[in-house]
Amino acid sequence: MNSILYILVLSMSTPLLIFNDKGIYCTAANVYIDAWKPVDNVIITHGHADHSRWGHQRYITHHHNIPIIKHRLGDIEVVGVDYGETFSVNNVKFSLHPAGHIIGSSQVRVEHKGEVWVFTGDYKLDDDGVAKPYESVSCHTFISECTFGLPAFNWRPQKEVFEEINQWWLSNQEEGRTSVLFGYSLGKAQRLLKHLNPDIGKIYTHGAIENMTDVCRQLVEFPATELITRDTTKKDLHGHMVLAPPSAHGSTWIRKMTPYVTGSASGWMTFRGARRRRAIDQGFVLSDHCDWNQLLEAVKNTGCEKVICTHGYTDIFAKYLRTLGYDARTEKTQYEEQED
Amino acid sequence: MKAFAQLIKTIDSTNKTNKKVDALADYFSTAPNNDKVWTIAILSHRRPPRPVNTTLLREFASALADIPLWLFEESYHIVGDLAETIALVLPNVESSTDKSLSSFCEDLLALKAESEATKKAYLTEHWTQMDYYERFVFNKLITGGFRIGLSQKLMTRALAKATELDEDILAYKLMGNWNPAKITFQELILEENKADYLSKPYPFYLAYALEENISDLGNPADWSAEHKWDGIRSQVIIRDGELFVWSRGEELVTDKYPEFEEFVEHMPDGIVLDGEILAYPNNEIGSFKDLQTRIGRKNVSKKLLEKTPVILKVYDLLELKGEDIREKPLAWRRQELEKLYKKFQNKISVFHLSEEIKFNEWEELIAEREHAREIKSEGLMLKKKNAHYGVGRKKGDWWKWKSDPFSIDGVLTYAMRGHGRRSNLFTDYTFGLWDDEKKELVTFAKAYSGLTDKEFKELDAWIKKNTLDRFGPVRSVTPHHVFEVAFEGIAKSKRHKSGVATRFPRILRWRKDKKLEEANTLSDLKALIPK
Ligand SMILES: [Zn+2]
Repeated sequence: MNSILYILVLSMSTPLLIFNDKGIYCTAANVYIDAWKPVDNVIITHGHADHSRWGHQRYITHHHNIPIIKHRLGDIEVVGVDYGETFSVNNVKFSLHPAGHIIGSSQVRVEHKGEVWVFTGDYKLDDDGVAKPYESVSCHTFISECTFGLPAFNWRPQKEVFEEINQWWLSNQEEGRTSVLFGYSLGKAQRLLKHLNPDIGKIYTHGAIENMTDVCRQLVEFPATELITRDTTKKDLHGHMVLAPPSAHGSTWIRKMTPYVTGSASGWMTFRGARRRRAIDQGFVLSDHCDWNQLLEAVKNTGCEKVICTHGYTDIFAKYLRTLGYDARTEKTQYEEQED
Repeated sequence: MKAFAQLIKTIDSTNKTNKKVDALADYFSTAPNNDKVWTIAILSHRRPPRPVNTTLLREFASALADIPLWLFEESYHIVGDLAETIALVLPNVESSTDKSLSSFCEDLLALKAESEATKKAYLTEHWTQMDYYERFVFNKLITGGFRIGLSQKLMTRALAKATELDEDILAYKLMGNWNPAKITFQELILEENKADYLSKPYPFYLAYALEENISDLGNPADWSAEHKWDGIRSQVIIRDGELFVWSRGEELVTDKYPEFEEFVEHMPDGIVLDGEILAYPNNEIGSFKDLQTRIGRKNVSKKLLEKTPVILKVYDLLELKGEDIREKPLAWRRQELEKLYKKFQNKISVFHLSEEIKFNEWEELIAEREHAREIKSEGLMLKKKNAHYGVGRKKGDWWKWKSDPFSIDGVLTYAMRGHGRRSNLFTDYTFGLWDDEKKELVTFAKAYSGLTDKEFKELDAWIKKNTLDRFGPVRSVTPHHVFEVAFEGIAKSKRHKSGVATRFPRILRWRKDKKLEEANTLSDLKALIPK
């Protein structure tokens, strides 16, 4: 066979990125993105456990994500890059772009022979004041998460949500109660911390959040926090704010806060039943993912023709995109949903 | 409406009952009287009749949200509640409305008779003037099923706090057949009105489930025991030559049970009986399923009356000679009841007595409970002999001690996504039993509770990897896992492929120790049907 024809056939038959049993794979470069099984070379979008797993040989990620994944994964071999900085592997061009999800989170742009693909990782369009805001990247094929890909999800401006949270804290304090606010220890906790009003009272933390926030303090400025230790007394905590990971709910650790009121900040708090089922007093709808309209806007802004929907309400979102004329399909990944 | 929506939001944002009651009491202290009446009506399930059917509601909402109907349906399936789904998918508001709760309720009463176009215009206009909570509350007024974690008893407590009236007296006033569109707050709550009292039942006293050891109840001599009958809890009232039959949902159901006219033909005025309506085909106690053929019918045919007659199994006497005797001890009330029974049992064929079980030691009761099912009882009731008849559910004096549930080992065959937070997990399961050749699994029950969060997660991951086929939201899975499924009742059924219907099925435990072949057969299940 004529060699030019052979290359043509090969490039037609093998997509730039495929989904195999180990992760999202670029055959031409022999590089994975956010692999869920151990591989040699991996590009990591962000520090959440389902995207940055342990056991790969060489990691490539944004500079700001390095201290975060080192904190979680220990001493790994990792190379840092800047947003917009292009690096080539076997003639495939890669670059990272802000995803707005959490500190150091990136989308991955992949270009080969004039074809451009973008994988979003997790992302949101709103500027949360902590993560570098999302930037739209033009592409032919857009691989998008759709954790909240349902028209029932519509986020309110974060300013309004934080006014509500600070007001809640204040009124709990007036009633002589400690406020316990649950949020995932990487991402949500720092976003909450950044916008809590330290004039109301002190902000105490659970160990998991304190440690992760310490890592993030190298990159972003946050209000002061105080770790809850064995020596912290009930009286110390009285009327103040406690930031805790969702797993602390219902634990014996939390008894120290009595009398307390619980709140949870998550996109899932949209559902009335979610708050009641988890026996949480107050739900705040606050997510680090796109809501329905943000997803649609993001797809539109890339100018893409093809969309691949990964984790979330993939079937529904892809079906709707097809009614809008996109060539949309779903792929299975092993990204679990975070408490976002 | 704004104040009412704010109330529901406040109640929604706490899990503490006292805070909910306080919020409601505050509302009752400040709301206009008309709104108070409607609030009481709504919280005691007396909302206006549904003015717009749910099919139209879905169409109107998806049109306003500018999404295709299938996408609305998918969203509804995941959110799990229609009023909430509509409130979530509609676009955010540009304007607002100061219309009161009572005028909305009056609108909805009038809307029922209007044309489809008028309904659409009305809903669209008001939806675009409301924020999320107002919309949610408004939709709930239309669809019904308002659950905010406040029982009628707690609502009564809040009202008592706001009006400084006695809680029991208020509970009594709120029973019966009043119409929120016609009654004023003055008439309903504040005034004393003798004529209204004619049909009024007493609040039902309810029992708690006994979870501790029976012997912890103390001295057996202090307790009265009887069987727990599985029918409809009811009060039969004979006053002024008239009969009133009330069921536990506080509904007047006199017309549904014409055979109870016998009571008023023979008994003197001023009597209120508390008991259980039971089906009584072929002169023996029938199943709850038999009774269901009577529950839904307002007009009872002669044929049905012959096929499924009912009786009243009486266990308490609340009024005698026109006098409220609830303050008397149970032992005294029992004695008077037995006197009545002796006098009328031959004249009134529907009058049956729930007999006291004679016992000296707790062990005797344990034995009695073992064969409760054979006489169509659900277990035992234990009542303190010196206790008066209380209001609502109060711990300590009345206990229900149900028989252990039936259980059988079934195989997971289908799975469906759950609702809300669990909407990405497969948490609704269908179970099958082997046919006699052990070749095919026949569906016998659906269940969605009974596993821990960890087990749900584990099973969910397994289901995703072992899907055989998809039918919309439902997946069939490789038969592999065996579960012990418990249920409260069992009866023959022509509507089910298995030929058997089970009541309240739930997962008891995941039998990882059992192999697929070790699951039970359909014949094993049929053997459990009481003869
Ligand atoms: Zn993430």
